[in-house]
Amino acid sequence: MTARSAAAASSFIVAGALALAGCTGFYEIPIETPIQPKMDVSAFQRVLVAGFISGGSDDVDANLETVRLLRSQLRTKSPLRVIEAEVLPLAEIAAIEAKEDATAITTTSTGVTPISPVPTAEMVKPLPEPKPDAKRVEANIRNEKDLAKYDKIFADVAYWKKLGEEYQTPLIVTGTVLFTPHQANGFVMQNREVYDAYGRRSVIPVRTYMERKGFILQPRFVFIDGRTGAILYSETFHEEILYNSQQSVPALSTYFELMDRVMPSFLSTLSAQKIRGTRVLLK
Amino acid sequence: MRRLILFSVVVLIFAPALASAQDRGKSKEQVEFGIKVAQNNLWNEALYRWQQAVKLDPNYAAAWNNLAIAYEHEGKFDEAKKAYEKALELEPKNLMIRQNYDLFKEINDRTKRRSGK
Repeated sequence: MTARSAAAASSFIVAGALALAGCTGFYEIPIETPIQPKMDVSAFQRVLVAGFISGGSDDVDANLETVRLLRSQLRTKSPLRVIEAEVLPLAEIAAIEAKEDATAITTTSTGVTPISPVPTAEMVKPLPEPKPDAKRVEANIRNEKDLAKYDKIFADVAYWKKLGEEYQTPLIVTGTVLFTPHQANGFVMQNREVYDAYGRRSVIPVRTYMERKGFILQPRFVFIDGRTGAILYSETFHEEILYNSQQSVPALSTYFELMDRVMPSFLSTLSAQKIRGTRVLLK
Repeated sequence: MRRLILFSVVVLIFAPALASAQDRGKSKEQVEFGIKVAQNNLWNEALYRWQQAVKLDPNYAAAWNNLAIAYEHEGKFDEAKKAYEKALELEPKNLMIRQNYDLFKEINDRTKRRSGK
């Protein structure tokens, strides 16, 4: 039981007990607790949600959907101006970078110095052939291990600096999004209605074996300084949802439901947020 | 003479209790006024009133509880934590203070985790 649900339950019990006792020495009051942003973004006026390396499920284009969602949220809930630009096929770019890295390592191991050992800003420009297709790369990303292969791109300072220069040094938001189907079978507690010999209804908890399926969403948001190309902050989230296996919920709906849970935390990275709640004042 | 001695003894025994009751009375006035102004969204005034209340009667758990809420509302988490803990120390079995503290702790822990990164 979380603190919130425990508090809600205790609130109910306490309120009930006091109502019975006729006690009036308490007042419920709404409060807004201010939360400071995780990052100081005062140096930036614009934000570029560049693109994400995504994978896990073919049902949702997590790169495109994440960019669209974050841009629309930032437009209304952050002080920064959102740059409207083409969504970067980051998986494809990272794949090329990883490939070039591998080539460079192979070449150096034979004792020959590579001409260009570090892939740099060329990545922003049209890419050299043969070009791996973003969709094909994403299709190969099924878990965190697959995703880790492309992680190096976030440390490529030259690439992000070049991208930042193109858009007048904004704050760049990028990262990875893993949206994977998930299945879990096991016993769950369910409430069942029962009637006794007198026809009286009662609800009893029953352990039931259930097949459930759903999705796991693991977004990692990386915030990069468009002036220097350096990572300023990064945060990873994990959210999952399970439905009864007979229930048919579209993957896109699930994606938005899970992103909805992550969004307040994402937004509080850039701007001060207020958490609304209630407290009890006592006399 | 005997009466005078008896009177002095009675005064000595009950004087602290009377003074304490008087402090509680004054403190309660501050607490009640604080509640009124907080309900009108005048949190600065409420904060001041509850600060006065705990000064007048440092053993008044409700005053500490309200003060903690005002600090929380101001985003002063360290002060809020101390005030909640004082309220719970005075009335460990008060479910309402416990509930307020649990809700505060959830937000406070999240903020701590974040700044620790």
